[in-house]
Amino acid sequence: MGLKRNVSLATALRYKGQGPFLTYILHRIGGLGMAVFITIHILASFVGGKAGVFVNSIYENWLFQIFIFFCVLFHAINGLRITLLDLFPKLLEHSREAIWIEWAVFLPVYGLAVFVIVHTALGG
Amino acid sequence: MATTKSRTLPLTKRGLNFEMFMWMITRLTALAMYGLILIAVIGALIMGARTQMNLADVMRWAFMPNVTHVQDTNVPDLAPWSTPFWKLTASALLLVATAHGVHGLVVICDDYIVSSRGRQIVRWISIAFMLTMMSIGAYLIWTS
Repeated sequence: MGLKRNVSLATALRYKGQGPFLTYILHRIGGLGMAVFITIHILASFVGGKAGVFVNSIYENWLFQIFIFFCVLFHAINGLRITLLDLFPKLLEHSREAIWIEWAVFLPVYGLAVFVIVHTALGG
Repeated sequence: MATTKSRTLPLTKRGLNFEMFMWMITRLTALAMYGLILIAVIGALIMGARTQMNLADVMRWAFMPNVTHVQDTNVPDLAPWSTPFWKLTASALLLVATAHGVHGLVVICDDYIVSSRGRQIVRWISIAFMLTMMSIGAYLIWTS
């Protein structure tokens, strides 16, 4: 089976893929998160009624918004880095620096968004 | 390290099979989505989002410019938000995002499914799933 691994979970978590691996796995989590969210959201809107309204009201919860905006923003910014580096392969020599730039863009934008979301949730 | 010669082959020498084609589509649809989202944000600002909507409302509209996403805001008139232009933009975003997303799911499945028959089954399921979501999404956009 593909999921069977020959190392312990602790060793797997200590995997030294470092920055590039972190972006890879967060890109995957973000993509999966969006795929699941958008599928359920479209189906809930299609079904409508009480069940549809209930499901869509979960998505308006500020905790969920913090999660889904992480998925969307990280996937978008990391995807832009991947696209740029793939379309201009000469930039691949600077891939580590590109990841630092990516975090420098992501953290302030996401931080600001989380601040706004929490501020609104607290009745600001 | 000092080599200036590119180690990548030009596109014409790489050949074009289905995987290469989908690799390209993933990048191009990503660029298309940036463009469509930018159009939605600019359009919202032109239609008065600056004083009638908050950040979350603009984001909700930007990621899918469908009129139901602004009906709970302070926008006085929903008519400019449900023109054929916005329905076409939303449809384009739906088709592009579904293709991009379903192919992403197939890539993830390919990483964890070892039997080639299993991967083949996932491909067929993914095509059926993609067409279903595109139809339901288009129905919702054009009837809302």
